Amino acid sequence: MMCVSVSANEMEKGKGVLGSRKWAVEFTDNSSTRDILDPPGFTRASPDQDDSSLTRQKKDAEANWKSQKAWEVAQAPFKNLMMMGFMMWMAGNTVHLFSIGITFSALWQPLSALQGVGKVFEPYKDNKVDLLAPKLLYIALNLGGMLLGVWKLNSLGLLPTHASDWVSSLSPAHEVEFSGGGAALY
Amino acid sequence: MAMAIKLSLILLLCLSSLLAPSFSLFEDQVGLMDWHQRYIGKVKHAVFHTQKAGRKRVLVSTEENVIASLDLRRGEIFWRHVLGPNDVVDKIDIALGKYVITLSSEGSILRAWNLPDGQMVWESFLSGSKYSKALLTVPSNLKVDLDSPIFVYSGGCLHAISSIDGEYLWKKDFAIESVDVHQLILSGGSDVVHAVGVTDSSQFDTYEIDVKNGGLLKHTSASFPGGVYGEILPVSGDRFVVLDASRSVVLLITVNNGATHLQQTHVSDLIHGSSENTVILPSKLSGIFSLRTDSCIVFVKVTDEGKLNVMEKVDKTVVVSDALALSEGEQAFALVQQGDSKIELSVRLVHDMSSNHLKETVKMDHERGFVHKIFINNYVRTDRSHGFRALIVMEDHSLLLLQQGEIVWTRDDGLASVIDVTTSELPVEKIGVSVAKVEHSLFEWLKGHMLKLKGTLMLATPDEVAAIQQIRLQSSQKNKMTRDHNGFRKLLILLTRAGKLYALHTGNGRVVWSTLLQSLRTTSQQQCAGLKLRQWQVPHHHALDNNPSVLVVGRCGLSLTSPSALSIVDAYTGKELQNLGPAEHSTVQVITLPFRDSTEQQLHLLIDADKRAHLYPTTPEAASIFQRESENVYWYSVESEAGILRGYGVKKTHSSEYSFEARNLWSIVFPAESEKIIATVTRKPNEVVHTQAKVIADEDVMYKYISKNMVFVATVSPKASGPIGSATPDESVLVVYLIDTVTGRILHRMTHLGSQGPVHAVLSENWVVYHYFNLRAHRYEMSVIEIYDQSRAENKDVLKLIVGKHNLTTPVSSYSRPEVTTKSQSYFFTHSVKAISVSSTAKGITSKHLLIGTIGDQVLALDKRFVDPRRSLNPTQAEKEEGLLPLTDALPIIPQSYVTHAFKVEGLRGIETIPAKLESTSLVFAYGVDLFYTRIAPSKTYDSLTEDFNYALLLLTIVALVIAIFVTWVLSERKDLQDKWR
Repeated sequence: MMCVSVSANEMEKGKGVLGSRKWAVEFTDNSSTRDILDPPGFTRASPDQDDSSLTRQKKDAEANWKSQKAWEVAQAPFKNLMMMGFMMWMAGNTVHLFSIGITFSALWQPLSALQGVGKVFEPYKDNKVDLLAPKLLYIALNLGGMLLGVWKLNSLGLLPTHASDWVSSLSPAHEVEFSGGGAALY
Repeated sequence: MAMAIKLSLILLLCLSSLLAPSFSLFEDQVGLMDWHQRYIGKVKHAVFHTQKAGRKRVLVSTEENVIASLDLRRGEIFWRHVLGPNDVVDKIDIALGKYVITLSSEGSILRAWNLPDGQMVWESFLSGSKYSKALLTVPSNLKVDLDSPIFVYSGGCLHAISSIDGEYLWKKDFAIESVDVHQLILSGGSDVVHAVGVTDSSQFDTYEIDVKNGGLLKHTSASFPGGVYGEILPVSGDRFVVLDASRSVVLLITVNNGATHLQQTHVSDLIHGSSENTVILPSKLSGIFSLRTDSCIVFVKVTDEGKLNVMEKVDKTVVVSDALALSEGEQAFALVQQGDSKIELSVRLVHDMSSNHLKETVKMDHERGFVHKIFINNYVRTDRSHGFRALIVMEDHSLLLLQQGEIVWTRDDGLASVIDVTTSELPVEKIGVSVAKVEHSLFEWLKGHMLKLKGTLMLATPDEVAAIQQIRLQSSQKNKMTRDHNGFRKLLILLTRAGKLYALHTGNGRVVWSTLLQSLRTTSQQQCAGLKLRQWQVPHHHALDNNPSVLVVGRCGLSLTSPSALSIVDAYTGKELQNLGPAEHSTVQVITLPFRDSTEQQLHLLIDADKRAHLYPTTPEAASIFQRESENVYWYSVESEAGILRGYGVKKTHSSEYSFEARNLWSIVFPAESEKIIATVTRKPNEVVHTQAKVIADEDVMYKYISKNMVFVATVSPKASGPIGSATPDESVLVVYLIDTVTGRILHRMTHLGSQGPVHAVLSENWVVYHYFNLRAHRYEMSVIEIYDQSRAENKDVLKLIVGKHNLTTPVSSYSRPEVTTKSQSYFFTHSVKAISVSSTAKGITSKHLLIGTIGDQVLALDKRFVDPRRSLNPTQAEKEEGLLPLTDALPIIPQSYVTHAFKVEGLRGIETIPAKLESTSLVFAYGVDLFYTRIAPSKTYDSLTEDFNYALLLLTIVALVIAIFVTWVLSERKDLQDKWR
């Protein structure tokens, strides 16, 4: 079975590495050679099939480990959230390059994380592991992060929540009458 | 989208706050985008100073009250003084060979200026008892007790004043004798000054006065019951000529041994034929006088026996100079005869009138009109014969020096009297520029930028620095005759008092074309003058093939009811396309309507003295457009004398297709005993306002009351309408009004107790700023009124605004009587003011600067934020963030914010602002005796790179970066390969 076990954190950090890797050889993997006939005398029989109880135990352990990992991954954004909050507090409420950068990264990070929910939890996909709850937690935490970003955006005054934001570029109304004239020209 | 705008605005604010708050420019930036031209105006009198040693110069006094010393070789100004608007120069002369003596203010101020540098040496105030003509005589070789007196007759008194220090020597009052002195004569060598005058216009008096003490030596008189017309002209030492009251008889007066003889000669005996409007020309020629009638000019010689002999008859357009004394006691004078596109200058000797001493034909630009004045001067040639140079003043007020049949130099001094200004876009650049030109310019461009780069890296030699400055100043880009992206290149079209139209290029101020308007030329029958200059056709979309044109409205005659003259002039070539004058109607107001016909011609209403409106252009299309819109067209008149404002509408029944009767809709009558109108100001018709909302602290919104139909009127109590100091603070009250000109509704009225004019004001968007004098504080003040629309104030619900449920875009009618509220504040201001204007930009987004023409003839830019009525002593944090300044009692004058920097716009009369295409920039043109043009960016040039941005450096950086990327890529590849083989 092909297995790329990269934790969510690693995935974020190592995106560049993953992206740049063109190919990989997994010597443990043998599924790709299915089309070719097995050499004579070789029987394709996994050792776990022999000992079913041992296999089940192993499988349970793996499922346990997977769900544990999934919960860990789901809780990871919380740390992020805390850090983001701290940075926002540090940045203050005036508009400048730093605060705008932080706010936009606070908005962008949850957004990109939400886009990749499936990918993040893919390694822990298992028939026996219920991934819904960690996924929901993950989404909720990311949404919380996004809310934090929006709140920051608002506190910076960058959200169009005031009347002034909607009328500030409203051109003057057309005047019905025209009047001209003045003092006599000399 | 709103957010994006907001963000960009905030970023913009950040950027602008990073930059220095001053608007000054560096020394080497002078002349990059501004130019300054110095003029003197139409020359009234000229005195030559051509001694052998030293510079040859001519001293002139002009109708703009300028006295100047001009270089005779090149026509440049050595020095110049602009006297006040009421300080009219009467006479000018040279005393002691080193002082320029000027007599001004109807002979009450006598000044001496140092000839080489123009510094004032002394000044004397002459008091008189009554008004009289001002006469000045500077004797050239008279010495009285080591002093050379100057004789001045003014205010009914004869004054003798020391030319060394301006001290009074003596004074002789003629007011008691009620004599009106016409001439002061000093016969050479004698100690007697002769004063010749008329008493009750029926008696000739001659007085002989001792030059030492002013004692009366002799008085003779002879009565002439017929009365006289005009001035007495001396023919010789004891002979004078004058016309009688009927202008048909020439009187020859001979004063001989205490007796006065009169001798009458009919003009008809001298001139056979018509002799209407006879005048004696003031040219002083010994033994000869000249008579001008409607048909011709005659030179009449007075013989020793007292007989009048007609010597010559010339055309009436001939201009005669004063006599010039030559070395051997001879006298010469010059005649100028007008030909078609040339002039004939002839110099004659007085004793030998029969032949021309010198005759020259000079080619003359047709657009300069007729010769108005001529002054001659002589020089001795190497063969000891006399050469002559002539200074001539043309109809368009230009000044030319002629010598040896050629024009040595010309000065376009008509530009000193600009009446009105408008602008025109330049033609669009045509595609298809030759390759060679591009390559050349590319090479030049690169070279220039390499030089600049050297300059920035401090590697340039002084020569190269000079070359860089030269390149910057003479950038061919700014002087091109085509439109540019930023809208900096335009034509400034100026109408001058002489009736000439000039087009100046904004790049360097050169004259592109000039036209003497035929419809505005003053003839002997009528005096014409230009009134207004308007844009007539501004091609935009469907009429792009047409050239833009301007409308010139003038008046032929002096009264308001005189017929008007109209002409339409092509703005690219200066050709008079249409000459509609003199029209049958008069013109007292010109109204540009906001409608255009299919050829992009602007509709205009000309209001005549009988309150009838005349529509132009006179085409059926224009008439139908006007018929359709006439219900909503109104006009108003300000009758300052009567103190009445009247509003009019168009009557349904009209007399002809293009002229309409007015119906009076409303009148505002100011009580004559307490209020007198001194100033009215309206918004500039082409002003663009970006938004109707004003965002204030805490994201709150105020809605501006933006109406083009608003007039600001200032009145003062009649007692206080004089100069400052003529009324006590209790007597003077200044009242200002904001009046809607459609309905006559007074939107706002405010009283300033103890204040008086002069009031200078500017009205823009929803605010008016005005300048006046506070008598109680003894200081000038500036006040601001901002007017807000209360009827829109409820529009603050965000949800409603998002879904568009608001009344902010519905058309406004003045008849709906919107409720308004005003805010106002006053501040002290140090300067007295000549003109106020406000910067204008293409979209009206950029913040505004007030442009104040100060008494020192400079233009000061004052940020509008300083005159914000919401300023308070302790602004809250939110207000501070908004950019509201803490309240101060006086407006600051930052020396760096003078847009005229080191220049003075002498005799400043007006400041015109023109929006450029670039939103951040406004073009400023200030005119008076001088012209000044510059660009200002009230919020900095946030939308463009500066002129001296170093593109070469940018290019170099980019190239270096690309090379670096390439090199590092190669290196990393190599390293990777090595890693893989390891």
